[in-house]
Amino acid sequence: MTKEQVRQAILDILTEIAPDEDIHSISDDGNLRDQIDLDSMDFLDIVMELRKRFNIEVPEKDYEFLATMSSCVNYLFPLLGDRKLAS
Amino acid sequence: MARDWLKGAKQNYDTIVIGSGLGGMTSANLLAKLGHNVLLAEHHYNLGGMATWFKRKGGHVLDISLHGFPIGMIKTFRKYWSKDMADRVIQLKNIRFDNPQFSVNTTFDRVDFTDLLENHFGIMKEVIDEFFNTVREMNFYDEIKISTRDLFERFFPGRKDVWRFLMEPITYANGSTLDDPALTYGIVFSNFMSKGVFTYQGGTDQLIKEMKHEMESNGVDIRTHCLVEKIYVEDGKVKGVRINGRDIECKTVLSNANITTTIQHLVGEEHFKPEFVDEAQKVRLNTSSCQVYMGIKRGEKIDYDGDLLFSSVADEYDTDKILAKDVTSRTFSFYHPFIRPGGNRYSIVSSTNARYEDWSNLSESEYLREKEDLIQTTLDALEKYVPDIRKVADYFEAATPATFKRYTLHPKGTSFGTKFEGLKVSRELPNQIQGLFHTGSVGIIMSGWLGAANYGVIVSNEVDKLLRSLNTEASMVVTSA
Repeated sequence: MTKEQVRQAILDILTEIAPDEDIHSISDDGNLRDQIDLDSMDFLDIVMELRKRFNIEVPEKDYEFLATMSSCVNYLFPLLGDRKLAS
Repeated sequence: MARDWLKGAKQNYDTIVIGSGLGGMTSANLLAKLGHNVLLAEHHYNLGGMATWFKRKGGHVLDISLHGFPIGMIKTFRKYWSKDMADRVIQLKNIRFDNPQFSVNTTFDRVDFTDLLENHFGIMKEVIDEFFNTVREMNFYDEIKISTRDLFERFFPGRKDVWRFLMEPITYANGSTLDDPALTYGIVFSNFMSKGVFTYQGGTDQLIKEMKHEMESNGVDIRTHCLVEKIYVEDGKVKGVRINGRDIECKTVLSNANITTTIQHLVGEEHFKPEFVDEAQKVRLNTSSCQVYMGIKRGEKIDYDGDLLFSSVADEYDTDKILAKDVTSRTFSFYHPFIRPGGNRYSIVSSTNARYEDWSNLSESEYLREKEDLIQTTLDALEKYVPDIRKVADYFEAATPATFKRYTLHPKGTSFGTKFEGLKVSRELPNQIQGLFHTGSVGIIMSGWLGAANYGVIVSNEVDKLLRSLNTEASMVVTSA
């Protein structure tokens, strides 16, 4: 996966978790919590979706890396970089 | 021969969920959606646990715990259940207090509470803002430093009227008192203050029907009349359960039964480390409830537009008085026709916090007499607000802690789970025994509809994590063989 594909994968997950929010307005460096009103339960959902879709386990101590879009991409890229997109 | 309620059940499951409270059902549904094989076992004939209702002759439908929950429930329905359920959440705008210290109406949100605290109770705006900001920043993982009493003493010293205004509704919501940790108060109070109090249009019966349908379409094997008698543990791992005398294997068990019942009776203390058993034995149960259900005759109406009324004749807020059998405080839930559109029916439910011990040691005739007395004194109290209640209502029934025990199997009929320490014990289960999980009303903050459902999600995440790691291990064994 390229960084752009990782970003898209995160957007797909956010669309699932916050179906009524405008996902496309998300900026890379703003806090996700403030931009689309994510709470701690939503972050738990992101963790569950990452496990379901990519078999990635995000330990609790790493939740802080899910704070912004760019920190998500930077954190997940090394984990997803060698994955091929499901066709 | 008795009907086999397990007919067609499989010999093994990924997860067996014990009990169908909102926590158990939310877990079962989510785990099934995540692709796991789930059996949901409920001993009663209805699903829902405390989220329940009953029907009586004359077209009466009586709800047990429908009014009300915080706005967060919309998101919880939307994400873990369905959009239709989320769309049925509506606000209850008329929340009333009436007691010797004050009588006020409120929408029960921060804006209105701030206004009342400032203009009715005469508290300085800066103090109110600091109070709200302090409670909003409380987290469940904070260290317990102060009790709710300490918190109130700090912000509103000597103002027992303000304490009552802030505390009474939360006592109704989760049975907590001034002596519980301030953080439990802060979390629950802030949840309500964000937007107010909400309910579910369609009633509890509609909700549970929708949930059943949703679980079925996601493949949950739902079994009512199925009592889980034992959880089998071998070499520190969950192996299966015994339901109605039949053994069924499973990789994980998610118990939505009471936490102490799960440890002491379903698993057995011998399977846990001694220090953990000690800790579990120290978990205090929360209190139970009495309720009086009043069904209004077809064609009659109630001329009272409140949705929730916190009424008391006690001089001030007092935990012992609130629990005493000589009832002085009652919360009335008014179910107006808009709850079940098209039906044009009303009902009123009075709720009182109560102690099991006050009801468990009575002879049958005493018990019946006390129940009738509970109904009559409740009607006397309600006449202040609905003067013709004895004329417009034609159905009356009472529930006591003994009733709650019978239907939920919770020890001492606890209707609010356990005190704060129960949460830590509940979270620790999977570290004691692989594959053993608990969700349910623990720690005060995981109580109520929102707390119960969300805790179900939190624990399901752990169950899912374990099931996936077990599956990965299994496939690695196959690959390397």
